[in-house]
Amino acid sequence: MDTGTYTIACECPECGGRVEFARAPLNGEVVRCAECAVELEVTSTQPLSVVLAPEVEEDWGE
Amino acid sequence: MSVRCSIIGASGYTGGELIRLLLDHPLAEVAQVTSRRQVGAFVHTSHPNLRGRTKLQFVSPDQVEKCDVLFLCLPHGEASRSIEKYAGLAERVVDLSADFRLRDAAAYRRWYAEDHAASAWLDRFVYGLPELQRERLRGARLASGVGCNATAVNLALLPLARAGLIRSAVADLKVGSSEAGAEPSATSHHPEKSGTVRTFAPAGHRHQAEVAQELGAFELHMSVTSVELVRGVLCTAHVFPTRAMTEKEVWSLYREAYRGEPFVRIVKDKSGIHRYPEPKILGGTNWCDVGFEVDEATGRIVVISAIDNLMKGAAGSAVQCMNLMCGFEERAGLGFAGLHPY
Repeated sequence: MDTGTYTIACECPECGGRVEFARAPLNGEVVRCAECAVELEVTSTQPLSVVLAPEVEEDWGE
Repeated sequence: MSVRCSIIGASGYTGGELIRLLLDHPLAEVAQVTSRRQVGAFVHTSHPNLRGRTKLQFVSPDQVEKCDVLFLCLPHGEASRSIEKYAGLAERVVDLSADFRLRDAAAYRRWYAEDHAASAWLDRFVYGLPELQRERLRGARLASGVGCNATAVNLALLPLARAGLIRSAVADLKVGSSEAGAEPSATSHHPEKSGTVRTFAPAGHRHQAEVAQELGAFELHMSVTSVELVRGVLCTAHVFPTRAMTEKEVWSLYREAYRGEPFVRIVKDKSGIHRYPEPKILGGTNWCDVGFEVDEATGRIVVISAIDNLMKGAAGSAVQCMNLMCGFEERAGLGFAGLHPY
């Protein structure tokens, strides 16, 4: 967990990118990684922890 | 201070794109544009999108006066046969043809099946892809253009190649019909071409030489197929790496390589409609979008890149080169974000 002066951030478990929170995260909150667009669910705020949120997949014609 | 630019061979598609870009460039003005067959005609007769944007008329190449930057958009072999003359006309020259892309005359002979007409000039040109040669392009006097298909492959593979992680790669390219230029032929006749998926270079495409030159030695295979697009290149590169890599490692490599690049974006989204690079949304832009996926079962890394062949693969990169050569902001004149939907 990285708590910069103004920004709370953590690493995206999907792509390793930096996921930033403009305000204090909430347990159960779903956010999106700005780099890979994956949905992440906040599972803990102290320490900050996120996991991949379950998502509905399209079959893309398969 | 702005620069006066002229374009030799401006009635073709890349010439038209150059005029469009330079007319909107904050630090450039278009002085003269040439066409042997269109002498006296207004530019909009060849490039109807420019009607009302300029009253320029084509002049003969023999009428070109000295200028600051000269762009050469000539058929293969013509720039090399007249380079002494053209280099005397301008402080800086950007040649969009394939004549000065390769540094090695023997490689040129091997790939183009003829001796180079001005091989002493090969070393004087800098390969015109800023992502590869940015520092050499700053202040350079002579720059080559880039092959559109080479650009799609170069930018797809650059991070892995620089890290020495490619054992071999197979690049399969799907390309638009404007790659063939503005001259019609029997193969481009509408009843013959429409609806086709035509593999025209299963092996031996000349742009492969540019990739080998710029990215170094690894086993590379390229196949090129023309599809139902006017503009665009989609490269699907199957990379067999020297060691197994996780997707996060590839993310880290590409993020690091392209952080700060003004015209390369990583497109690999877990949601949304366009999850991987898509040439359709890049029309008219100088973007190269790059995405990837690791097949963890086999170790293969699939890297996907997309460009507009007439822009990042030709005129856009040429203007980006001019910006570096002249000390301008690299994005100048290249800010168009594209159209959506289109």
